[in-house]
Amino acid sequence: MSILKHHKKIETHATLLLVLSFLVVTIGGLVQIVPLFYLENTIEEVEGVRPYSPLELAGREIYVREGCYTCHSQMIRPMRDEVERYGHYSLAAESMYDHPFQWGSKRTGPDLARIGGRYSDDWHVQHMIDPRAVVPESIMPSYAFLMNRVIDGRYIEDLIRTYRLVGVPYTDEMVENARADFLAQANPDADHSGLLERYHSAQTRNFDGQPELTEMDAIIAYMQMLGTLVDFSTFVPDASR
Amino acid sequence: MVDPTNKTPDNKVSPPERQYPDPKAKLKKDPPTTGHSWDGIEEYDNPMPRWWLWTFYLTIIWAVIYMILYPAWPMVTRATSGILGYSTRGEVAAEIARFDQQNQVWFDRLVETDLDDIRADGELQSFAVNAGAAVFRAQCSQCHGTGGAGVQASGFPNLLDDEWIWGGTMEDIHETVRYGIRNEDHVDARWSAMPAFGQDGILEEDEIDQVVHYVLRLSGQQADATLASAGEEIYLANCASCHGDSGEGDSFVGAPALNSAIWLYGGTYEDIRYSVVNSRFGIMPGFAGRLRDAEIRAVASYVHQLGGGQ
Repeated sequence: MSILKHHKKIETHATLLLVLSFLVVTIGGLVQIVPLFYLENTIEEVEGVRPYSPLELAGREIYVREGCYTCHSQMIRPMRDEVERYGHYSLAAESMYDHPFQWGSKRTGPDLARIGGRYSDDWHVQHMIDPRAVVPESIMPSYAFLMNRVIDGRYIEDLIRTYRLVGVPYTDEMVENARADFLAQANPDADHSGLLERYHSAQTRNFDGQPELTEMDAIIAYMQMLGTLVDFSTFVPDASR
Repeated sequence: MVDPTNKTPDNKVSPPERQYPDPKAKLKKDPPTTGHSWDGIEEYDNPMPRWWLWTFYLTIIWAVIYMILYPAWPMVTRATSGILGYSTRGEVAAEIARFDQQNQVWFDRLVETDLDDIRADGELQSFAVNAGAAVFRAQCSQCHGTGGAGVQASGFPNLLDDEWIWGGTMEDIHETVRYGIRNEDHVDARWSAMPAFGQDGILEEDEIDQVVHYVLRLSGQQADATLASAGEEIYLANCASCHGDSGEGDSFVGAPALNSAIWLYGGTYEDIRYSVVNSRFGIMPGFAGRLRDAEIRAVASYVHQLGGGQ
């Protein structure tokens, strides 16, 4: 233990102590920070994942606002039983444009990572208005008020800009057309060619069955696209990730 | 021992020779002190408990072993993979393959057996119904109810009764599950749409009133006799081509029977009127691609034996 005796030298020399402490902190910092520079490499490249369309993004904001993540996860773990119940396990790329991600940590309700296309819009409307009307054993609260909250996309452009600021690759074109796309997606009679060009496989229809564009439209548009962007009939997972 | 009252530099920074704990040392009766003294209070310098020290060393050794065996260090393009070659994805793929292999013989038999012959094969039917029940609970129960009773008057059909909108034979149920109903993702999905007689201005207000009363009479409910009689002609001209002359329905076009007490969206005057004015129909997703063929056959078997299978 003689080497430890030299420690006294460090303890009694302020400059040496400072230099060596700095060295230790530097090493620790490098070990923690450098891997973050390679974070991009850890996300498998997956075809099909795109930023949310304005209406879907608004639905996502409502999802976060209402705290849906406290009871619903969006993360199918790589386990046989989960894959059997919910579908292909979630990929990191599928939440790469989520800020913050909605993986959640508690499943009072079921996982929603692949809820898209599983139920009809009508089911979602009835279920949001009165969850027990369709699932008697449910303990989910009612979100009927979403039907009454008309939204006009006044701030949707700002929202898209904000997401662009934190790294979601929205193009200038997407930002400029944000409000038009927002209004078009829930309007079956609108021209959807631009929207579909900017956001492939975006679903366009009147989601809640009401003439007005409401928060219910937005949240159902979000629900119906969750987990549907990646085509798992052609996707081959990299086995060693 | 330094005299604490003696304010020399020695008292502050130069304690007596520091004694370092020896892991092998036994707890002494009168253990050494750290040499510090504050107002005469001194601090013992006992060795750390050996079990603790050795556990600590073991964790370090285990960490090294783990790093060699399992994926650990992030490198530039990917993490080190470890000599065991373990991956979570590999494990779940192997697990799924193991179960598939166990069930494969049954899946094969299900796919090979003609839909109508599954019932005759007791063993296979038993597998199909149990596997189908599991699929039903995960995929179908949210709309059709845990027990298959649907949601009354809300457009989610009851699967326990004898009424079938799109047919209740094994073949019919199988096709419905496979491709869905009004499912835009599949060209083979069953499709039909009732016109919105009120919204689209096909019928006048009073004509709608008359036809609703006629439908009420068809289904054996209280109806205004005059209005119902007036509605008969309108019914035959506008509705009978799908719903049948006597309201027996037509499962080929998904037109529900109107001559029974079973209603998809409710059978009161208001409910029927709403359906005639606005037209209502449900959407069911297709499960081809979502489930494997054998599972679709299994769930069809399960639904068929629930009660109303034809």
